[in-house]
Amino acid sequence: MKPECFKNRLYYGIFLPVIAVSGFVIDSPYYLQVLTFIGINTLLTIGLNMLMGYAGQISLGHAAFYGIGAYTTTILTVHFDFSPWAALPCTLVVTGMVAFLVGLPMLKLTGYYLGMGTLGFGMIVYVLFREWSHVTGGSSGMVGIPSLSLGPVSFSDSRNYFYLVWMIVLVCIVFCQRLIQSRVGRALRSISDSENAAKALGVDTKDLKLKIFILSALFAAMAGFLYAHLVTFISPGSFDFMVSIRMVTMVVIGGMASIWGALLGASVLTLLPECLHAFADFEMVVYGLILMLIMIFMPRGLTRGLMDIYERSVSKQI
Amino acid sequence: MQEILQYLFSGITNGAIYAVIAVGFSMLYNSTELINFAHGEFVMLGGLGIVTLWGGSLLPLPAAFVLTVIGVAFVGFLLERVALRKVSRSQPIVLVIITIGASIFLRGIGMLIWGKDAHAIPSFTKLSPMDVFGAKLMPQSILILAIVLLVVVGLHLFYRKTLTGKAMQACAINEKAAWLSGIPSDQMVLLAFFLSAGIGAIAGIIIAPITMCGYDMGILLGLKGFCAAMLGGLGSLWGSLVGGLLLGISESLGVGYVSSSLKDAIAFLVLLLILYIRPTGILGIKEAKRF
Repeated sequence: MKPECFKNRLYYGIFLPVIAVSGFVIDSPYYLQVLTFIGINTLLTIGLNMLMGYAGQISLGHAAFYGIGAYTTTILTVHFDFSPWAALPCTLVVTGMVAFLVGLPMLKLTGYYLGMGTLGFGMIVYVLFREWSHVTGGSSGMVGIPSLSLGPVSFSDSRNYFYLVWMIVLVCIVFCQRLIQSRVGRALRSISDSENAAKALGVDTKDLKLKIFILSALFAAMAGFLYAHLVTFISPGSFDFMVSIRMVTMVVIGGMASIWGALLGASVLTLLPECLHAFADFEMVVYGLILMLIMIFMPRGLTRGLMDIYERSVSKQI
Repeated sequence: MQEILQYLFSGITNGAIYAVIAVGFSMLYNSTELINFAHGEFVMLGGLGIVTLWGGSLLPLPAAFVLTVIGVAFVGFLLERVALRKVSRSQPIVLVIITIGASIFLRGIGMLIWGKDAHAIPSFTKLSPMDVFGAKLMPQSILILAIVLLVVVGLHLFYRKTLTGKAMQACAINEKAAWLSGIPSDQMVLLAFFLSAGIGAIAGIIIAPITMCGYDMGILLGLKGFCAAMLGGLGSLWGSLVGGLLLGISESLGVGYVSSSLKDAIAFLVLLLILYIRPTGILGIKEAKRF
């Protein structure tokens, strides 16, 4: 068996039991909710990682898609009395359309200009959420989002919701891994190495970039859907510029171009603020410091960094 | 007429401030091909520095001005030396994340020192507003515009006339070739950080009398400055000036004729339109480095 393949199975071997067992063992709704948030953030990070890590395109406005996902399902269920499950496909279609329309002109840009373009789009969507008050509820947000249920199973129970979210995460991880190992995945990675070379070899880079942009937007919309029905209350503050930045940070801290890295990055950056509450006023200082230290000492992300440390200690013993 | 003039004045004042911030972004990008997300925090430190040093009447204005600029420039110097030097060969996105970490860190420090409240200081000059065709022109605006022009022209002369400035430009064009011809490129990067942070502090100081200064003012100002630098074309000095003024004017016209709550959206809409027509900014020529 190839070592890569073995490693991957090892990760699944760790990941699945940890999720299954922690759902059983943990009783406190608070901890379950934190773990559920990790799942939602993982969805966001995996999607963005496909765009940033594999296709090499930056987005500093991804919170917009997250927000559009959350707001679409909220508006449909609250104003139009849709059932959440009927709202889900509509949410995905709406977000996909927006991503298509935005991505078409935007992906012409490269590097920092693409970053700025997506950032501007994120800001515009945020202002729209805040100011279009008779539809989005303005800056005070919207309440009364119904929680999910499927037949006799109600997902208002935090344990059920936890399993629901992580099942979706699992499906997405498997999907992304299959995608990356496919022909499309190789074409994607070639774009991130050199777009011109990829073009010369017959990859339709424009088309592929757009598709992956839409895919990552759909991931974000799914996360937004799950977020809205989890907290049953949304306001524009949850989808502002800093949220986009945090998503990018999760991708880079975990390790670019690594699905498991996305999981790790999302976990670390979701847990970190929860742990730092003890520092009170020093919270921000410590958070910034940790962020800098991780990047200074592990510039290739936590996954790679921890692996290097492990390998070094093994080779020392020999 | 009177109305549009008034909007233009306030737009130019804000635009000039965006332009100074953009100049800081741009010159750092020129030397290091890095966008410093902590730049807004230098602006914040500059503003709050003058609040303490001059507003607390510890020092006369010129001394407080110089001391604040040098102090903040030194913070920029430390950022490069301590955090960025060691990893300067990594992917650009890693450096960007480090500057994001630094910005959160500095914002935290600002909150610890100055607290969560916003501070205000009086205007630098005691002159009363002038009347131009019925519109009020504040003396502070003229002062701001003068300082901005001074900074841009000064930098232009620095790049064109002095040996150090030429060396910096050589590093920006091709670092390796510059190094081969005996230019200490490491020191040039350090100097670029020093200058860029200092310019950020100037922006903070001149904005202090016309707005409230708080520990979180750097986020939005940094964003607008970044936006202005992009609009004009990253790495171009005059582009930053054009971009800043364009952004400021379109913002204030948007506030006047459309809606004040949509102010930020209008600014970014202008940005998207211009980027669509000219993907490298108005005066930009260089292809931007990728993340």
